[in-house]
Amino acid sequence: MSQYVLEVKDLKKYFPIRSGVFKRTVGHVRAVDGVSFDVKPGETLGIVGESGCGKSTTGRMIMRLTTPTDGKILIDGKDITHAKGAALRESRRHAQMVFQDPYASLNPKMSVGESIAEPLIVNKVLSRDDAFERAAQLLDTVGLRRTDITRFPHEFSGGQRQRIGIARALALNPKLIVADEAVSALDVSIQSQILNLLMDLKHEFNLAYLFISHNLAVVRHISDRVGVMYLGHMVENGPKSSLYADPLHPYTQALLSAAPEPRRVKRRERIILQGDVPSPANPPTGCPFHTRCPRVMDVCRSQMPKPVMVHPEHWVACHLHG
Amino acid sequence: MAEPLLAIRDLKTYFVSKHAEVRAVDGIDIDVQKGQIVCIVGESGCGKSMTSLSIMRLVPKPRGKIVNGEILFNGKDLLKLSDRQMSDMRGSEISMIFQEPMTALNPVLTIGTQISEILVRHRGMNKRQALDKAVEMLKFVGVPRANEIIHEFPHQLSGGLRQRVMIAMAMICEPKLLIADEPTTALDVTIQAQVLELMKKMRDETGTAIIMITHDLGVVADMADHVVVMYAGQVVESVAADTVFEQPKHPYTRALMDSIPSLEEDKDVLYSIPGTVPSAANFPKGCRFAERCPLAQPSCFDKAPELREVAPGHLVRCDLVS
Repeated sequence: MSQYVLEVKDLKKYFPIRSGVFKRTVGHVRAVDGVSFDVKPGETLGIVGESGCGKSTTGRMIMRLTTPTDGKILIDGKDITHAKGAALRESRRHAQMVFQDPYASLNPKMSVGESIAEPLIVNKVLSRDDAFERAAQLLDTVGLRRTDITRFPHEFSGGQRQRIGIARALALNPKLIVADEAVSALDVSIQSQILNLLMDLKHEFNLAYLFISHNLAVVRHISDRVGVMYLGHMVENGPKSSLYADPLHPYTQALLSAAPEPRRVKRRERIILQGDVPSPANPPTGCPFHTRCPRVMDVCRSQMPKPVMVHPEHWVACHLHG
Repeated sequence: MAEPLLAIRDLKTYFVSKHAEVRAVDGIDIDVQKGQIVCIVGESGCGKSMTSLSIMRLVPKPRGKIVNGEILFNGKDLLKLSDRQMSDMRGSEISMIFQEPMTALNPVLTIGTQISEILVRHRGMNKRQALDKAVEMLKFVGVPRANEIIHEFPHQLSGGLRQRVMIAMAMICEPKLLIADEPTTALDVTIQAQVLELMKKMRDETGTAIIMITHDLGVVADMADHVVVMYAGQVVESVAADTVFEQPKHPYTRALMDSIPSLEEDKDVLYSIPGTVPSAANFPKGCRFAERCPLAQPSCFDKAPELREVAPGHLVRCDLVS
């Protein structure tokens, strides 16, 4: 067994921009531009960042829902970057995904039981009857009734549907679950139910999560480590206690100070960033954040900063450090 | 206290069909003083958006109907105005901004045309004057390249810029009341911080009162002078913003606060409110929150509590609070 359930090395995804009659490639959108991180068994890595930072594309590449342009993805020590057919199916037994909108990700014409049992049948893990028995068990695990197995997705509320999505992801006993904005569409009272469920399941099955979200407080709650992404790059990565107490990258600092918090104990000065995120089709030279950084220096405009380890297991890619 | 700018009295907005009567807003009272920021908080389906549409008299027809109550704006009942008089009011005295600016802006008209037509309609300016004023306003809300942007279309702008354009449109006639329905929910945190800052600046400089509808308690903490918590079509708590975070009284308000993860402190398990919101077509006869309330007594299921003043300026709809 590998030391990590997931290793990502210098992962890149460029989407071609095509134009003209012959659809020639005139440029690339650099959605993900060289991201590396790893996740240990039973660990939760939170990935935060704003729209277009590449966090969802990263998650989709790990599930191989899009093919990486460059770099490597290892799941449980096996390179699945270019896996096909049986090898790819095998990798998905170890890694499963939970999506933001459970209604869009469940087939409305399939009963809940069929949706949950399908991965077990497709992977020939269990016979049809056993698969349905397991589906009923899983419904029980995620806090629904075993009898719900014959009902259809439209009969459930948003929070219940998300439970079904989680049950389906658990069906194959994966080691890793990629959760992309899994609680973002839910009301706060339902959101807390799902977060508690995810944390219970983690302890029960020693699951690792890659938890992708734009909500900093939610990520802090559920994660062991947190990675911050900006414009296709990971700019900071560290244990949550260290990262939230002492954010090193000016972007992380701005993000944390901008997030509204009902009961702020410490009065932090609010840093309001100017302008918008640059287009990933035409990213700035040097540090990707230099166009909005309040502490920009000359070197930032021309040179890409390298990751520097500042605290134990807490690194940052910024010229202010190192 | 001075005469409020807006006084909603026993407002009821129902959706009536052959089979059911859905009581979306069921007898609410809200006061807004001049220059005050009032936040209405609650989860999906609590009636907060329908309240704002009722003030604008934009309740979806033919099903939706304001069946009872008064909406006094400067002492005049908006519900008694003719359609023509109400139309003079909208955009001029009271204006509104929506969650998704892309659906609220007209995709086939330039930004300049959309802003200037308000001035032509309400202030009798000619097109040239109106366009000049539009540019001035766009500059004021911090839109870069305002001279060029008036010739552009909504799809050419980023989400943050579109929301600034919406604010410029809403504020151009210097209304006395601005209703903002989840104005920053679709925006990234750093952009949200910019927009919230701008709204506060507008209030400080023009004295416009703001009703802000949101589900995000962080935004409430940031913006509100006064907070109204809604549940199942009713106001359950109404109090100054500082008090609501320090001494929330209604069990629902307290449950909401305990359900959200924090940026600054670690919580092992989040509180989660059991069950779901009762159907607006079939409210229970007692307290509407009783079924989910951790403190509920048998009497709560029998008798519906009234909204009462438990401390000066602090209204709570719960018989258990002393």
